[in-house]
Amino acid sequence: MDLRYTPEEIAFREELRGIFRTKIPAEIRRKVSDGHHLTRDEIATAHRALHAEGLATPNWPLAWGGKDWTPVQRYIYNEEVLANAVPMPLSFNVAMVGPVIANFGSEEQKKKFLPGTASLDIWWAQGFSEPGAGSDLASLKTSARREGEHYIVNGQKTWTTLGQYADWIFLLVRTDPAAKKQQGISFLLVDMKTPGITVRPIITIDGAHEVNEVFFDEVKVPAENLVGEENKGWDYAKFLLSNERSNIARIGFSKEKLAMVKSRARETPAGDGTLWDDADFRRRVAIAEIEMKALEITQMRVVAGQKNRASDKPDPNSSILKIKGSELQQMATELMLTVAGPYAAAMPAHSHNEPPVGPDWAEGVAPQFFNYRKVSIYGGSNEIQRNIIAKAFLGL
Amino acid sequence: MDFDLTEEQRLLKESVDRLIADSYGDFEKRRHHQDNPRGYSPVLWAQYAELGLLGLPFSEEQGGFGGGPVETMIVMEALGRGLALEPYLASIVLGGGFLRLGGREELIGDVVGGTATLAFAQIERQSRNDLHDVATTARRTEAGWVLEGAKSLVLHGDSATHLIVSARNAGARRDRAGISLFLVPADAAGLSRRGYATQDGLRAAEVLLEKVALPPEALIGAEGEGLPLMERVVDIALAALCAEAVGAMEALHELTLDYLKQRKQFGTTIGSFQAVQHRAADMLVALEQARSMTMYAAMMAENPDPALRRPALAAAKALVNRSAELIGKEAIQLHGGIAMTMEYKAGHYFKRLTMLINQFGETDEHIRVVAEAGGLPAAA
Ligand SMILES: Cc1cc2nc3c(=O)[nH]c(=O)nc-3n(C[C@H](O)[C@H](O)[C@H](O)COP(=O)(O)OP(=O)(O)OC[C@H]3O[C@@H](n4cnc5c(N)ncnc54)[C@H](O)[C@@H]3O)c2cc1C
Repeated sequence: MDLRYTPEEIAFREELRGIFRTKIPAEIRRKVSDGHHLTRDEIATAHRALHAEGLATPNWPLAWGGKDWTPVQRYIYNEEVLANAVPMPLSFNVAMVGPVIANFGSEEQKKKFLPGTASLDIWWAQGFSEPGAGSDLASLKTSARREGEHYIVNGQKTWTTLGQYADWIFLLVRTDPAAKKQQGISFLLVDMKTPGITVRPIITIDGAHEVNEVFFDEVKVPAENLVGEENKGWDYAKFLLSNERSNIARIGFSKEKLAMVKSRARETPAGDGTLWDDADFRRRVAIAEIEMKALEITQMRVVAGQKNRASDKPDPNSSILKIKGSELQQMATELMLTVAGPYAAAMPAHSHNEPPVGPDWAEGVAPQFFNYRKVSIYGGSNEIQRNIIAKAFLGL
Repeated sequence: MDFDLTEEQRLLKESVDRLIADSYGDFEKRRHHQDNPRGYSPVLWAQYAELGLLGLPFSEEQGGFGGGPVETMIVMEALGRGLALEPYLASIVLGGGFLRLGGREELIGDVVGGTATLAFAQIERQSRNDLHDVATTARRTEAGWVLEGAKSLVLHGDSATHLIVSARNAGARRDRAGISLFLVPADAAGLSRRGYATQDGLRAAEVLLEKVALPPEALIGAEGEGLPLMERVVDIALAALCAEAVGAMEALHELTLDYLKQRKQFGTTIGSFQAVQHRAADMLVALEQARSMTMYAAMMAENPDPALRRPALAAAKALVNRSAELIGKEAIQLHGGIAMTMEYKAGHYFKRLTMLINQFGETDEHIRVVAEAGGLPAAA
């Protein structure tokens, strides 16, 4: 047993850090660090900069621009992206639809979609959730009926993250209304410009336009846009959802946030000195760091265990990582709220076109704290994760 | 021992509950009130005055209705339930507290009538929640006083007609002595302010004081003895905030329960899952603990002895903060995505509760006050 990285792994990490810190514009990293949402262009700029370095799609098959990395290297990559406040390459492209097309798509689909998906010339959105199908995703109702060489799609998706920018959307649709829940579902690729699609914004409690409702009214989709086999979509969705398990804990985010908590606390006046002199505050940070160290090692154990597992099986350990990882991210954003103190209360200046009320980093703090309630809701809520642990691990 | 309200208090509760239900029951109305440049509805404020709510804490000799902390609790709970926007805390509880305890009775009539509104200008860039951390200065002159400095995050400071400003006439920035309080008309020469919205939908202002000349009678209370008065008034405000939190938590808990009974996943209501039931039960436990502590706060709020009063109010706010934290977060989580939207009410309660937790001291600061006092005073 040796919990340390090898010299080669350390060299690999240093190389990544060098690239992240020089190739991604500093203003973008600063915005991420301060908890602000990025514009469409900023997301694209960062994604393309990584792509130019061959670092947008390391988890894809080699033939399509992936990397021949070890699980530890993949882990280091994920952590370093977040820890350096680099925007993750668009996950809908890179972690979700790309691998599904690469594994289950036709040769034509691979050629048509994969290069643009890697470079972000095609911007994807994820159309899974529906108003009536959240945790119980398999109860989805959006339908696709076959008419000649087309599917006709009707229904509604919701919570579609960044759908307002999307060129294409990948959908789970019901193709066999008679089949049992999971069995009548297919995986369909749809051009957002097709007539009959309406996108409506949902404004979240932090005031941001991050998610959308997407309506489908008699939308005509060429049958060639079906991925894999009809009514096998649930299998591809399970593959997709388990695919990102190596990054589910987002420890790098918490690490970066806690580092910022400490450095901001050191410059925040409180009492006769700074907030960092406050023993109660330091104690809270210490508790978060202790949790983080444990999670980091748990995550490494899962990574190390991956080489002994069949890679297409979901790993119930990912539920442990999701629960603790999301709690830690929320804890870190909450500590930042304490650092900002009274200044967390002011609305961001752009909403009233004036200079910020407090220190300029403080204005994104409350919105991010509000926004990060989502991490224990989406991607399988923490209650659902506990149900999985109870069933898959505990046999209850 | 008697936890019942008097007949008069029951009538008060009924009428304020009705007013808030009528003016905030439909959530669209809140958005509408918010659009007013003041950030609240002046029409509604006039109704508060008509109902006598604005005169509650003042004695009859002062032109009020002789209510006490229990009456304030009743009103604030209702305002919390409705997520009301009006400056009751700023103008009546805080501002009114300074007027009545600082012996400045000439303005009380206008405050009770709703034509004058007050705001407490205390926070400074470096002060966080420390009332005694004051860099703004008050210099004595032949004609009276000159104030110089800057105040931050003054709740409802943009629409107030008068500000109550803490300023230092002697000593170093963090000395407990040497702080004085001033009643400053918002249109005083040299005073400028910039208003903005806060995360919980209220309004606040940055206030700049540049050589603001005031007459001698602007001083509230005795020169250099502002801190004990501020502590008295802030303790009354803490009790009021506890009550507001209880109202908001109660409404948020109800909203969550309604949703758990309606929302179906996996072919059944999500409220039928035991994992969810236990969480909703824990929310109720937290709410009832907060309600008890809010009664304790009301009982202790006007106690003139700081050695008894301060730890009691700190204890109440610490407990209410923890309940508010738990109930706010759990309400969002148990709703799922829907509570993450602006459209839906739950997120607004969560945001108000989050900000309320930080008002006049965070949880750790209050626990520290209790610990430093060696615990709570024995039987009161
Ligand atoms: C900001 C944000 C972005 C999102 N982005 C996308 C996206 O891009 N694409 C997409 O398809 N989806 C997206 N989602 C949707 C997300 O996956 C769902 O919100 C999630 O699946 C939960 O569903 P729900 O919100 O309907 O909550 P519900 O499923 O209604 O759950 C409500 C509550 O009940 C609990 N619960 C449900 N079932 C059980 C059970 N069996 N046992 C115990 N507790 C239970 C839940 O844990 C939760 O606390 C996003 C959501 C958010 C908030």
